[in-house]
Amino acid sequence: METLLNFIQANLGQFYIVILSIFLGIEVISRVPSVLHTPLMSGANAIHGVIIIGSIIVMGEASADNYLALALGFIAVIVGTINVVGGFVVTDRMLEMFKNGKGTTSKQSKDK
Amino acid sequence: MLSHPATARKGNLVSAAGMSIAILGTLFLYRDGDIQLHNYTWIAGALLIGSVIGAVSARKVKMTAMPEMVSLFNGMGGLCAALISIVEFARLTPADSDLRLLASLAGMVIGSVSFTGSMIAYGKLSGKIKDHSFRGQHVFNLLVLAVILVLGAFLDTRSVGTPAVYFNIILVLAVIYGVLFVLPIGGADMPVVISLLNSFTGIATACGGFLYNNPVMLTGGILVGSAGAILTILMCKAMNRSLQNVLIGSFGKTAQAAGATGEHGAYKEISVSDAAMVMGYAHKVMIVPGYGLAVAQAQHACHDLEKLLRDKGVDVKYAIHPVAGRMPGHMNVLLAESDVSYDELLELEPANDQFPTTDVVLVLGANDVVNPAAENDPTSPIFGMPVLQAWKAKLVIVNKRSMRPGYAGIENELFFLPNTSMLFGDAKAVLQQLIAEIKEL
Repeated sequence: METLLNFIQANLGQFYIVILSIFLGIEVISRVPSVLHTPLMSGANAIHGVIIIGSIIVMGEASADNYLALALGFIAVIVGTINVVGGFVVTDRMLEMFKNGKGTTSKQSKDK
Repeated sequence: MLSHPATARKGNLVSAAGMSIAILGTLFLYRDGDIQLHNYTWIAGALLIGSVIGAVSARKVKMTAMPEMVSLFNGMGGLCAALISIVEFARLTPADSDLRLLASLAGMVIGSVSFTGSMIAYGKLSGKIKDHSFRGQHVFNLLVLAVILVLGAFLDTRSVGTPAVYFNIILVLAVIYGVLFVLPIGGADMPVVISLLNSFTGIATACGGFLYNNPVMLTGGILVGSAGAILTILMCKAMNRSLQNVLIGSFGKTAQAAGATGEHGAYKEISVSDAAMVMGYAHKVMIVPGYGLAVAQAQHACHDLEKLLRDKGVDVKYAIHPVAGRMPGHMNVLLAESDVSYDELLELEPANDQFPTTDVVLVLGANDVVNPAAENDPTSPIFGMPVLQAWKAKLVIVNKRSMRPGYAGIENELFFLPNTSMLFGDAKAVLQQLIAEIKEL
């Protein structure tokens, strides 16, 4: 028990972030009308592409003779970028089509 | 900002900008002690390749194929998370904290499951892979999962000399589990799985955040993780499935058993010209689009019909069920693509208020979302699921390709009601015939 408490104490900042983010996520979802759930899903999909930061760090820290890390990191950066760029472009394309709605749905979703 | 269709696009651009800043910031400002990042050429090359592939495929994809695309991108994210964890695990030393070990292990497992799962989901949605299941598969799945957990716990105690061996076994098992997890799931239940896998990748990203002590990754990952989890639960509710069913990976099995007991009653057919007649002279027509409309890519024909009827003074509305299409809200995207105005789309509750005053309901390739059994048959597997009460209208015309039951595998008594007529055929072809007939009226 004590080790667990120490562990939480040591990483207090991270735990705060985790808890706040959970609430933020729930809050975000409950405000989005079901009309927009598909763009929301692909938008969320793009956001978790921040994993790319990790892959850049992996690449950047790997020493020049560590070929395994270099190769894996290289693939990781490529697929991570596909995730981020593809995700945002697809979401943008979808939302572009909703422009014609002239904001009438927002009224509908508020009425609910 | 995503809560408002008008501002949603701006919100998306803002988050894209935020992402770019995060990437650039990492590239130029990241320091671990005194060591700066190197290998810039390789990183830049990878970024370039990834951007080109991502942007091109995202531009080319058709709106109906959107769920596959999202699934594919999600798998890429999962793969990225898994690869990072593999590299990081190799660099771990006994001096590192338990948190780092746990984070890299969890990131690897969740990332790999998410990757292979998403690939299978992609294959199934694009029709390349068929459903597959064998007896006792969910028992086997649980067993694989249990082995992963036990080995993980074993590894965590670090009592073993060669952790890499265990790590690799876990990696292989996680990859297999991802395949087994998605393989038996029916094609139309895939939306829930995609959302769940999305949430998985979010959690894997958060593990990466722990690994690097990076608040940006942590926030983004947990945000997506919790948002995806909530969305999954919302969807399960709308389809009346329990999340437990999803996790064990035995979707649709109970439904199949129930479908076998259904008895065929008598139904009426209606000819295209009769259907055109009643719709042309109705006051109020409600269109209920479903999965079949998306498959037939008939959204443009549907909009043409709507315009034509409106020119004749008919009040036309669309009733959209929350899970219509292949993803929640997918139907709205498809209809928006063919310029259907927002005013015409009714959500579940306002649509149900309007059915009693509607003359004709045209059901296009929807089935379970208009099944009255959900309200009056407690033995039905979909009992309790919110449905569109199309049967309250004066006349219901159901367009389907055949009398086969919908994906829940259950008989729909709506088709046998006295005020229902069936209009068989491909949604697009039928709509085009209807349009031609109405023009001649």
